[in-house]
Amino acid sequence: MTERLDVRKTYKLYAGGEFVRSESGRSYRAEDANVPRASRKDLRDAVRAARVAFPGWSRRTAMNRGQVLYRIAEMLDGRRAQFAALLGGGRPAGREVDAAVDTLVWHAGLTDKLAQLLGTVNPVAGPYFNFTVPEPTGVVGVVAPDEPPLLGLVRGLAPVLCGGSTAVALASGPRPLAALCLGEVLATSDVPAGVVNLLTGHRTELLPWLAAHMDVNAIDAAGCSPDELAAVEEAAAANVKRIVLPEDGELGPWRAAAFMELKTIWHPVGV
Amino acid sequence: MAIAKRTDLGAPAPFEYAPAPEATDHVTIAPKYDLFIGGRFVRAHSRRRFPTVNPATEEVLSEVAEADEADVDRAVTAAGDAFRTWSGLPAARRARYVFRLSRLIQERARELAVVETMDGGKPIKESRDVDVPLAAAHFFYYAGWADKLEWAFPNRRPRPLGVAGQVIPWNFPLLMLAWKVAPALAAGNTVVLKPAETTPLTAMLFADICQQAELPPGVVNIVTGAGATGALVTGHPAVRKVAFTGSTEVGKLIQRQVAGTGKRLTLELGGKAANVVFDDAPLDQAVEGIVNGIYFNQGHVCCAGSRLLVQESIVGPLLEKLKQRLGTLRLGDPLDKNTDVGAINSPQQLRKIEGLVNSGVEEGAELFQPACRLPERGYWFPPTLFTNVAQSSRIAREEIFGPVLSVLTFRTPDEAVEKANNTPYGLAAGVWTEKGSRILWMSERMRAGVVWANTYNRFDPTSPFGGYKESGFGREGGLQGLLPYVELAR
Repeated sequence: MTERLDVRKTYKLYAGGEFVRSESGRSYRAEDANVPRASRKDLRDAVRAARVAFPGWSRRTAMNRGQVLYRIAEMLDGRRAQFAALLGGGRPAGREVDAAVDTLVWHAGLTDKLAQLLGTVNPVAGPYFNFTVPEPTGVVGVVAPDEPPLLGLVRGLAPVLCGGSTAVALASGPRPLAALCLGEVLATSDVPAGVVNLLTGHRTELLPWLAAHMDVNAIDAAGCSPDELAAVEEAAAANVKRIVLPEDGELGPWRAAAFMELKTIWHPVGV
Repeated sequence: MAIAKRTDLGAPAPFEYAPAPEATDHVTIAPKYDLFIGGRFVRAHSRRRFPTVNPATEEVLSEVAEADEADVDRAVTAAGDAFRTWSGLPAARRARYVFRLSRLIQERARELAVVETMDGGKPIKESRDVDVPLAAAHFFYYAGWADKLEWAFPNRRPRPLGVAGQVIPWNFPLLMLAWKVAPALAAGNTVVLKPAETTPLTAMLFADICQQAELPPGVVNIVTGAGATGALVTGHPAVRKVAFTGSTEVGKLIQRQVAGTGKRLTLELGGKAANVVFDDAPLDQAVEGIVNGIYFNQGHVCCAGSRLLVQESIVGPLLEKLKQRLGTLRLGDPLDKNTDVGAINSPQQLRKIEGLVNSGVEEGAELFQPACRLPERGYWFPPTLFTNVAQSSRIAREEIFGPVLSVLTFRTPDEAVEKANNTPYGLAAGVWTEKGSRILWMSERMRAGVVWANTYNRFDPTSPFGGYKESGFGREGGLQGLLPYVELAR
């Protein structure tokens, strides 16, 4: 009897809701696989996809965004064995998948709390009704840490999606496979195309363009080394990007808040 | 229609107002001011001084010190030394000092208003009724937070950051000082403040107020100077928090300067706010709001409603009313209680306004200015309105920071949103309509930190203020205004 020959997967970037090779045609070797090495053009295309997706995603009701985040958790949980194997197997790998699922569920339940936690009615000294509400900041660049490859990425994405922003994520360079498979989870979780875009490749090649991109509103710099952070902060000044550091709010509501703007609305009170 | 028949557009007001100058005899401006460091006025190491001028008369009011690197270092050191004791004070005690500052501003309100007007050129009715009362209210509001911080951030322990380096602009000198200093002190930080070089005097009076309040030495330090001094403050390695209000251009320089230093940063930068008027808006109220939006404080307002977006069907009647109203604005002596439009803050700013207005004419926009006599001395610019403005025109894109309004039109709400958001800025927006659901619909879609609906240019210490996009980040005012001055520990 001949042994079954398995069907191997070609790993692809996930951008604009599609699985694509790098437009550059390049790949690099990581985790015994050929992984797409995204180019500057791929990055720009991803940012455009995220910008196009932003109005729709930000205008979803908070309740609906919660449902979608919960759906991501369901899909990830359903592939627990696959992800645990990708992450090296054994109990630590299982725990990482569980923690990623937990993070998604926690944020699924946060979407419709943010306005109540961060918003206020302000007692101004005059005949005006005045209130403040949080709104998503726009397109966020998520620089995921190399380790842990899945949990680090999910911890970056969940707070961003929770508040209604869209994301372009640079996944772990040396361990990119979990990130690329997360794309398959997202694609089957009712996440609208372009809301999350996942890029793999050489961070040194992509990060400067992400940091300087004029249509990126904020950067989660969790995965940046101190030197990278300094360079990102400097380039970010080109369009006054918000830079969110790993310690900002840890994973409480303050982290989701870091990817939101506060809008204050005034209206006269009268007859 | 009575209005359509009027032919006296732009004519002077039908009757002259008698002069009603505010008294200045109760105000003493010293011939020179030193730096305020460690609770005392000290001679600047630099030994350099520069004049501060009344922009309405071109008279030199006083000479202030120009702080150099050694001076800034001394101020930051004083603030650093004071931080240990100030942050360790029982919170209720800290609150009392901040309450004292508020009360002293109220007690010396008229003096502050008069000096603000003399130094900056803004009408006395604005400094008296807006700037100074709001500054006092801001200190009073944040004083009350000092001993309630743990209720502001649930499940976290808010801790002060250290020395805050704060650089403020010349358009609302005392009020911007209050916006910066009050939350910083309430949260337990100490400050080094750099006022604008053209308007340092109320900050110097505030230094005196700190002494009267017996504020512990070094909690507030004030170093005067120009941009170079500001860069020394924001660049000092012992400063842990940088707060800046000013132009987007300088804000970006500061963001680059603090990159990689771990300093916390908040920026309140420029704007090009859209003021959107729908065809069902109450026109008379809208005209008042438009005027308040762009001619308040000579348009030296970062959130000024400098782009008027009018629904096409009412352009005619609205512009007619607006032009007529412009003709009734009184420009002149800022100390006169009847003055609506005061002096332009500085010759540099006047040149910038003139340059941009010329570009508007060159780019084909139609200029309207009411008949209006400008005083012989001082820096003045008449209230100005441009129609036939292209979205691509410089006067529709760049912050002019002067009494210059660009009028554009739209047909549908979607087009209004598109045009309102067509700017790298996102500080403020206005919407005028009688339809409640449309107000909320527009408010949701306009990407700006403050939306004034059927009103404009209102401020309050409880109301968070700050921008989206290139108008900066962080909020000032309200509970949200505490966040930039604390770290949230477990």
